[in-house]
Amino acid sequence: MIKDLGKYVIMFFVLVLVQVLILNNIQFSGLVNPYIYILFILLLPFTIPGYLLLGICFVLGISIDIFGNTPGIHAGATVLLGFLRPWIAQLVSSRELIEKGNTPSMTQLGFASFIKYTVISVLIHHLFLFFAEAFSFGDFFETLLRWILSSIFSIIIILGSQFIVFKN
Amino acid sequence: MRSLFRFLLRNYFVMMFLALEAISFSLIVSLNNYQRVAFVSSSNDIVGTIYERFSHFDDYFSLSRTNARLAAENASLRKQLQLRIQLQEKYPTNRPDTVDAPAYYFTSAKVISNSVNKQFNYISLNKGSRQGIKPDMGIISADGVVGVITNVSPNYSTGLSLLNKRFSIAAKITKNNYSGSLVWDGEHSNTADLNGIPFHVIVNVGDSVVTSANSGIFPEGIMIGTISKWDVEGGTNFFNIKVDLSTNFRTLKYVEVVKNTKQDELKKLETNNVGE
Repeated sequence: MIKDLGKYVIMFFVLVLVQVLILNNIQFSGLVNPYIYILFILLLPFTIPGYLLLGICFVLGISIDIFGNTPGIHAGATVLLGFLRPWIAQLVSSRELIEKGNTPSMTQLGFASFIKYTVISVLIHHLFLFFAEAFSFGDFFETLLRWILSSIFSIIIILGSQFIVFKN
Repeated sequence: MRSLFRFLLRNYFVMMFLALEAISFSLIVSLNNYQRVAFVSSSNDIVGTIYERFSHFDDYFSLSRTNARLAAENASLRKQLQLRIQLQEKYPTNRPDTVDAPAYYFTSAKVISNSVNKQFNYISLNKGSRQGIKPDMGIISADGVVGVITNVSPNYSTGLSLLNKRFSIAAKITKNNYSGSLVWDGEHSNTADLNGIPFHVIVNVGDSVVTSANSGIFPEGIMIGTISKWDVEGGTNFFNIKVDLSTNFRTLKYVEVVKNTKQDELKKLETNNVGE
């Protein structure tokens, strides 16, 4: 864990900057905003203590909020994801794998489980995000469409990035 | 008491989750009050610096387009100036009174970050309180209205873009001077809704919509857009008017911040009225 600290710190900054400087500027008809910074939460080790997990999630979310002028929206979504992550991890992986202290990467989890893990996490995170952003159920179907389209793009980008990283 | 502590300790994960969600929600809800959450905004200096660095780099890709736009604006301003000079020569006695100091001052600024893809979009500029920028000043570009400043730090400022559902401006139709309020429709980055224009007004597609005098933020007559569509909703006395915005928010680079020197005076006067 300690030896990976540097790696995680770098990953944090890279993901936040990629998100706020590049992906936040992607504009397909206003319906698609991929949010891939949650990859950081996905890749934290299984054995991370709960307070650290929630703390990191909050800090990550509030960082994105500060850049995007969306106080609280991303923080709320990431904290929710952090809270549900142990449950999602149990759902997609075996007990031994979690207890051995592995990281939930594509190589550790296997391709199918990692996809399931990513899809569930992204859907939960984005659901909270888009409905908190609209803060009403007024344009319910439009928000739903934004949720689904953006989730698809986020999932593709996250899985693609993992493919590139772990192929080498 | 001890059992309470034990309960909290055992369920600290849930408790911490609830506490952090409560903080997040209070931030979301207090979003309406921009001043209170100023620290969680991109007007702070660290964020501003990062955005500015990146926008320097980004600028090189749009140099020629920006140049062309500035040249066009120069030409149009020169034309207006020429018109003024001719008028002055024709009627030399009609001198402007020196008591009428210009009511509006303009400060040029560069857009360092600007979103168009959210429901509530914001814009960040590279000038702040050191350059005289204050909250409630208007932002305009060569093409039309852009937004209004809400937060300032010493060197940066952020504001609501016109593409923000919480922002409405007093607008009027140039042709007949009827005014209403203009709000973004939340759908496309180039259309907005003009509300409050009564039935009996004659409205045509292509009529221009400009800022009206009673906004107090913008000078009168700044371009907002042109009417692209209108229809009549049953049961109301007002038109549904769609306006094509003249500002292209996707390629926005340089803007001007408008200072109304008489805003404070006007505000004071108006609050006095309310007090009575």
